[in-house]
Amino acid sequence: MINKPVKEKKVAIKVMDMVAGYEDDVILNHINFEVYEGEIFVILGGSGCGKTTLLKHLIGLNRPMDGNIIISGIDITDNKGDNLQQVLRECGILFQSGALFSSMTVAENVALPIQEHTDLPASSIGNIVKMKLAQVSLTGYENHLPSEISGGMRKRAGLARAMALNPKILFFDEPSAGLDPVTSAELDQLIIRLNRSYGTTMVIVTHELPSIFSVAHRVIMLDKRVKKIIAEGSPQYLRDNSQNPFVRQFFNREIESEL
Amino acid sequence: MTILNNNLTNLYSFSQESPDKLTIHFKDRLDVSNASPLTKEFNTLLRTHKPDSLVIDLDKLIYLDDYGVSVLVGLKKAMGNRRGNFSLANISEQVNEILTMHRFNELGQQPTSVLKTSQNFFTNLGSSTFNIGSEVRFMLMFLGDTCFSLLTFLRHPGSLRFNDTVENMKRVGLDALPIVGLISFLLGLIMAFMSSVQLQQFGANIYVASLVSISMTRELGPIMTAIIVAGRSGSSFAAEIGTMKISEEVDALSTMNINPNFFLVLPRMFAAFLVMPVLTLFSDLFAIAGGLLVGVTMLDLTVSGYTNQTINSLTLFDVFWGVFKSGIFAILISWTGCLKGFQVRGGAAGVGKATTSAVVTSIFLIVMSDSLLVVILRYWNG
Repeated sequence: MINKPVKEKKVAIKVMDMVAGYEDDVILNHINFEVYEGEIFVILGGSGCGKTTLLKHLIGLNRPMDGNIIISGIDITDNKGDNLQQVLRECGILFQSGALFSSMTVAENVALPIQEHTDLPASSIGNIVKMKLAQVSLTGYENHLPSEISGGMRKRAGLARAMALNPKILFFDEPSAGLDPVTSAELDQLIIRLNRSYGTTMVIVTHELPSIFSVAHRVIMLDKRVKKIIAEGSPQYLRDNSQNPFVRQFFNREIESEL
Repeated sequence: MTILNNNLTNLYSFSQESPDKLTIHFKDRLDVSNASPLTKEFNTLLRTHKPDSLVIDLDKLIYLDDYGVSVLVGLKKAMGNRRGNFSLANISEQVNEILTMHRFNELGQQPTSVLKTSQNFFTNLGSSTFNIGSEVRFMLMFLGDTCFSLLTFLRHPGSLRFNDTVENMKRVGLDALPIVGLISFLLGLIMAFMSSVQLQQFGANIYVASLVSISMTRELGPIMTAIIVAGRSGSSFAAEIGTMKISEEVDALSTMNINPNFFLVLPRMFAAFLVMPVLTLFSDLFAIAGGLLVGVTMLDLTVSGYTNQTINSLTLFDVFWGVFKSGIFAILISWTGCLKGFQVRGGAAGVGKATTSAVVTSIFLIVMSDSLLVVILRYWNG
């Protein structure tokens, strides 16, 4: 109480000794890390290292085999879903392909969580949906169906839906996958802007290097051979100073045999 | 005079300087967590006080988000509706930034409902007419494609996907056998039981055998089998091809210079065409067995008596006629299922619609063609 530093970072997500996998197949073995409030935190690693698996555990789609996940001070792994529901209300998730409901228009997709979780009148919901879509530059596409807009737009619409309830934590599964460099850079800017203006904690799973260098405050890197976190820190630091050859390779886009 | 509200006191207070001027002072946060109670609160507030001018004091506001902005927009609109004045006071730089970012000034003016725009009757009528037109066109094109695929098959029989055909035969035929068998058996049982009640009065128990066998082989066997196959396989063809369509697998086939129709439709149609007659024969047999059970246990008939009567009353033509019909049904069901699959647009909802439509259309076509065949047969025989 006395010796604590004045400006302590608050922990948003804490993963303690977690073991994750499918049936007998362990993918992540006893991993520990923390995500602080307001930071952009990137989970990266080569294909098949368990990035998406880790994300699925963080948002409660899968339950860990062992260990605990604590989000906003609530342990989502301890009982049967009550805590998880409470935590999920403060989380937004952007899925890889947007996961928009194909039978609803863009505006209806964004409005859905607002209608379900608040009792605002329809005109207020309409206003909020407009503001959300304006934030992701989709004004004018309210009445389009997801099948009628491009992949990048679908992703932005998915982001608008993920942000619908102004979550404290936003999770992104490969936000730049399948986008052209310009669109992808725009999405990065959007992520940075939202992080600044709302102080939203962001957890991003990706392996797009340019994106990592432009948005990430801190990264962890997973490796499928050891099934653990092999590096943690800012991407610039890891690129230049990491002792682990695999980490340097990854950040410098080198092929393994070249070492 | 300052009146404090009991529930949301730490979020706002209001003061009424003169009877027609109301000022609302916001404090602390105006965000997602309190937007909906505040909206309700202000509705009643405006209704009870009926001010001509409303001033929003944002001096002590610490945090504002888009939900808060929507509360302010709601107030602005409500004042606009009663032709009153609305103004914001003490806007800090940060608040102003958020208001600008969300285009507060534009928001109240345009119609806000972006959800569920209802179109007028004529627009709907026009668009459905166009839809029907394009659907018919697509159907004809698909029919042409199928005929073309058939011609390709006749010229190069070896190019048919043999393994796919066998796999589909298993799925359409073998996997359906238990349910076809059970339903036919019960149907035979019910028919025998119901008719025996009547026939017993005339001492005509033995004719139960004729009734069950003739009605099953000529009509009910093929129809029941067709309806089951439409429900099981017609729907699965539509769902499978529909999903392939929306995940661009069909496009992938086209780009590999493989005719999707030849690749996907022909194996399914052949499979259905080959196994449905066999399923129908099984259906006939199971129904006769059902009738036999009732005949032997309840009507004092012997097994040999029942089977003899069945054989005597059936002609080879009856059996062939049923089998012939089931072949036609097979083509209709599998073709409709594939057609509906290829028509899928959009996403998951489209697949659902196509599946429903495949089953409904198939059953309609089955009954329709059956009636036609009955009429044709009647006049053909004179």
